[in-house]
This record gives sequence, C-alpha cells and structure tokens, in this order.
Amino acid sequence: MNFQIAVLLGQDGVTNGAIYALLALSILLVFTVTRILLIPQGEFVTFGALTMAAIQSGKPTALGWLLLALVLIDCALDLRQMWKTGKQAGAMNYGEIKWSAIKIGYTAMLLVLLHSLTLADIPMLAQALLTLALVVPFGPILYRLFFQPIASAHSLVLLIVSIALHVAMVGIGLLLFGPEGARTAPFSDSGFRLGPVMLKSQTLWVILVSIALIVMLFIAFERTLYGKALRATAVNRMGARLMGISPVFAGKVTFAMATFIGALSGILIAPITTLYFDSGFIISLKGFVGAIIGGLASYPIAAIGAVAVGMVEAFSMFWASNYKEIIVFTLIIPFLLWRSLTSRHVEEEE
Amino acid sequence: MMNASELLLDVRQLRVAYGKVEALTGIDLRVPKGQIVTVIGPNGAGKTTLLSAIMGILPSKGEVHFDGRLQPVPEVEKLVGQGLGLVPEKRELFATMSVQDNLELGAFLRYRRGDRHLATTLAEVYSLFPRLFERRHQQAGTLSGGERQMLAIGRALMGKPQLLMLDEPSLGLAPLITREIFRIITDLRRQGVSILLVEQNARAALKVADYAYVLEGGAVAMEGPAAQLADDQRVIEAYLGLASKHQELLAS
Repeated sequence: MNFQIAVLLGQDGVTNGAIYALLALSILLVFTVTRILLIPQGEFVTFGALTMAAIQSGKPTALGWLLLALVLIDCALDLRQMWKTGKQAGAMNYGEIKWSAIKIGYTAMLLVLLHSLTLADIPMLAQALLTLALVVPFGPILYRLFFQPIASAHSLVLLIVSIALHVAMVGIGLLLFGPEGARTAPFSDSGFRLGPVMLKSQTLWVILVSIALIVMLFIAFERTLYGKALRATAVNRMGARLMGISPVFAGKVTFAMATFIGALSGILIAPITTLYFDSGFIISLKGFVGAIIGGLASYPIAAIGAVAVGMVEAFSMFWASNYKEIIVFTLIIPFLLWRSLTSRHVEEEE
Repeated sequence: MMNASELLLDVRQLRVAYGKVEALTGIDLRVPKGQIVTVIGPNGAGKTTLLSAIMGILPSKGEVHFDGRLQPVPEVEKLVGQGLGLVPEKRELFATMSVQDNLELGAFLRYRRGDRHLATTLAEVYSLFPRLFERRHQQAGTLSGGERQMLAIGRALMGKPQLLMLDEPSLGLAPLITREIFRIITDLRRQGVSILLVEQNARAALKVADYAYVLEGGAVAMEGPAAQLADDQRVIEAYLGLASKHQELLAS
C-alpha cells in the first residue's frame, strides 16, 4: 500500500463513517428518548435514496399514495379517540379536526406536486426537498400507528415490533421501488486536488453536511427548550411527564428527526453507492455498532466510534475484502467485553 | 363551610385498586382556592396513591374536578396545562442536567404556548431559593437532599401552578431544612398558590394547614379544620404524641 491508496481508502472511510455517525446518533436519540431500538433506521436511508432516484428519473413515486393511506388511518384513529374522550367529558374538543385537515391537506399538496411537476427537470435542491417532504412524515406516523399504543410496554416488545416494522418496510420498499438498484446524479461534478490525490466533491458534501447536522443537533439539544425537553424525557420519563412533556410528543419528534437524518443520509450517499431496497439494514447496523461503542448512552463516543467503523471497513476492504463485514461486526465484541467488565451494576431505585 | 365556586380541587369517590387490592376506597376531598390542605396518615395509608391518582399517573375510578372542570380520565399533561403541579416523593429531577435547565423545563408547557416571560418567574424562584441560584450551573444529581427538594418545588413553581401538590416534602431532610421548607410553603400560600400537602410530619403539617384529612387504610378517617384536629385527642395519640414534641419547635 502506498500513500495514495491510503488517502483514497481514508477518504472512503471518512465518507462512510460520517454517514454511520449520523445514523448512530439518531439510533441513540430514539433509544434514549423512547427505549425503542430503531431497526428500520436503514429503511429511511433507502427510502430517501430510492425516492430521490425515482424523482430524478421523472417518475412520481408511489410513496405518496402510501403516505396518504397512512395519514388517513392516523387521522381516523385520532378522530375516534377524540370522539370517545369527548363523549365521556360531555364536551367535544374539536382541535383534532383542524390537525387532521392540516395533515391530509399537506399530503394532498405533495401528491399534486408529484404529479404536476416535470420532476426530472426541477433543480436538484428542489428534488431533495421534495424527497425529504415525502419521507420525513413517515417517522411520526409510524410512531403513532405502531409504537404509541404500546409505549409503556417492555423494551423487548418494542424491539420485536421494531424488527417487524423493519421487515415490513423492506417488503414495501421492494413493492414501491422494484428490485433494481439506483444511483443518483452527484450534487456537482467538480473535484478538488489535494496534493497527489483527487477529492471527490460528493465526499466533501457528505462530510460537510454531516458536520453541519451534528453541530445543529448539538445546538438544538444544548440551547433550545424543546431539545432540553427531549433530553429530559430520556433522563427521567416521569419527571418529564410531570412538566407536561408528553411521551407521545417526544416520541413523534424523535422519530421525525430520525427519519430526517436517515432520508438525508440516503440522499447524500445515493450518488456514491448503488442502493437496493434492502441495502438499508447493513448500513444502519454499522451505525448501530458505533452506538454500541458509545454504550448506547454517549453521543460523542458513538459518533467517533461510527467514524472508526467506517475507517476499519475501508481498510479491511483493501486487505481482506471478503472478510470486510465480519471484521466490522467483530469490532463489537471487544467493546462489549470492555463495557461489561468496566461497568458497575447500579441498582435502579424503583 | 366552603361554597362550590371557590373550590379548586374537588375529588369525589376516588377509588384506586392495585389488582384486586383496593388502595383507596372512595375518597372525598376538597381544596378551596388559596388554602393549604393537608393529608396526614401512617405509612401505607394511601397518601401517595391519592396524589398519583389525582394527577392521572395511576388509573382510578371516581370524579376529579379541577378548576371547575371534570377530568373524565385525568391526564398528566392536560392537568399540568390547567395549572396542577405535583412534587412527587421521589422528586424525579433531571439528574444529569443543570439546576437552571431543570427549572426552565418546569415552564416547558408555558413556553410551548408562546409565553416568553419565563425569566421573570425564574428570578422569582431564585429569590425564593437563593441556594439554587448559587448552584444554577451544577448538575441536579450533585445537590444535597434539601437542595433537591427545593429544586423540585422550584421546578413545579416555574409552571405557575394554581394548585401545588407536595408529597412528603420533609422526607429524609434534616430538621433545619424541614423548617425552611415549611416556611416556604406558608410563603407560597401568601402568594396565592393553593397547596395540597401530604405529610408524615403531622405536627408541622397541621401547623401550616387550614384544613386537614386523616387517611387510614385507604379511607378518610377524620377531617376538619387543622387547628381543631391538632387538638383532637385521637390525633394526638396516634400521630403527634409526646415524642414528636420537638417537631413543634421546628415548625414554629
């Protein structure tokens, strides 16, 4: 291996590592706030990437209709709930109707946009925004439909539902996007020459957007009251409820953030790798390894761990490409050992 | 003695069961505006259960009217929004967050509704608890027991509650700190906050309260104006006794 190859591999490693770091952070965020291990995180990545690819090829994706169906179910459930509590209280609270109208209106508007625009010709930024507008609402709606009714269940139950949701979403991905892989156009074609090597511009995009997103997350959680409210829910659920921070609200917001991060990651890496309907799982699993290195508790260690996973993956591809995945996932064992040997057992007071 | 319009909290026939075991068997309880009402009783009488049921943390049967509105199924978040605050026995602080963050989160619902005057309330809470101001950048988990209790009360006050429910505020605190907490409770009443106080320290509780309920075995055994109960022979024998004479001193 010479210096040039090392730089190329390092470039790959950092690019993948940045994506894994984003996924690790969102897995961690969802886990600490809702106790759900978000296995479908990878599907948000593929949904983002494949929707972007569909839009670029000018096809209005059927994802919009799926969203409409889920929104209708969601609104029907909310209205039924409103009817039931309203009858008990003897007075209806009509706030839900307004919300339902907004949600259905939003979806209808997206559908109109999808079918009236010549999707392949609009600027790439608009395509990306449309993709996000389409994919992100799935987060809160999936939380509402599948996790909100069992929010207080044992975390094992939550995990099982999460796996089921992942399997279902892979199937739906196949149905919506077909078995072909997709690759999108890069954001820009230019490259940068740094010493002897050429840096691909997409690599820089990935790294810059990831860093910007991590900084934004940090500011949101350290400086804004809404971010603090989410942290508070993670620290002490009962305490948060007593402050009026509802677990439903926290769950929906974290799921929205996780979907946003996932879909954006998908859009970012779609020009670099060919993604298939089932590629998401292995990607998010590597993010998960990063989250485990952080003990499912520490954000900075999870991010660094995820970047390390990307590096190890890139270099093992060079030396032992057949064993690439095995090497990456074996990484988890020493960390689990180290964690279980060093962590003291603290009795929960409850 | 109280007319219905000035009632802030009106609980009727509240029942709570843990499986087949009835923890509360039909409690009637009223808190008029601007008063301190206390619930005393031995361990396991159902005092904490009562507060949890009113707050909606535990499922219950019966009626809870708060601020003139019937709560069909009491919901924590809704009640907090209507001005009910609970300081639970376990405090439930955000241990890894700073004291100031804890306080700010107490006003989360007000912030969410567009109220941006949190700084004024924060200043009021700090003037009530200067200790918290000194330690505002410290993590809540590093505070002493008394400071934690102050933080829990301060955090609840940030929501500007109409009724503050305190569960054993003196539990595990040194006598001098207990005295400080009770001084603050009377201060709060002067500022117009109504209080429902659950206490084991019966003597101190009866001293500050206007009206009192004695809870035994999940039912109200006695009720009446606090001063009257404090002189009641049965209460003196069961809860006050001679041994707790020093508590009177501390409560003065």
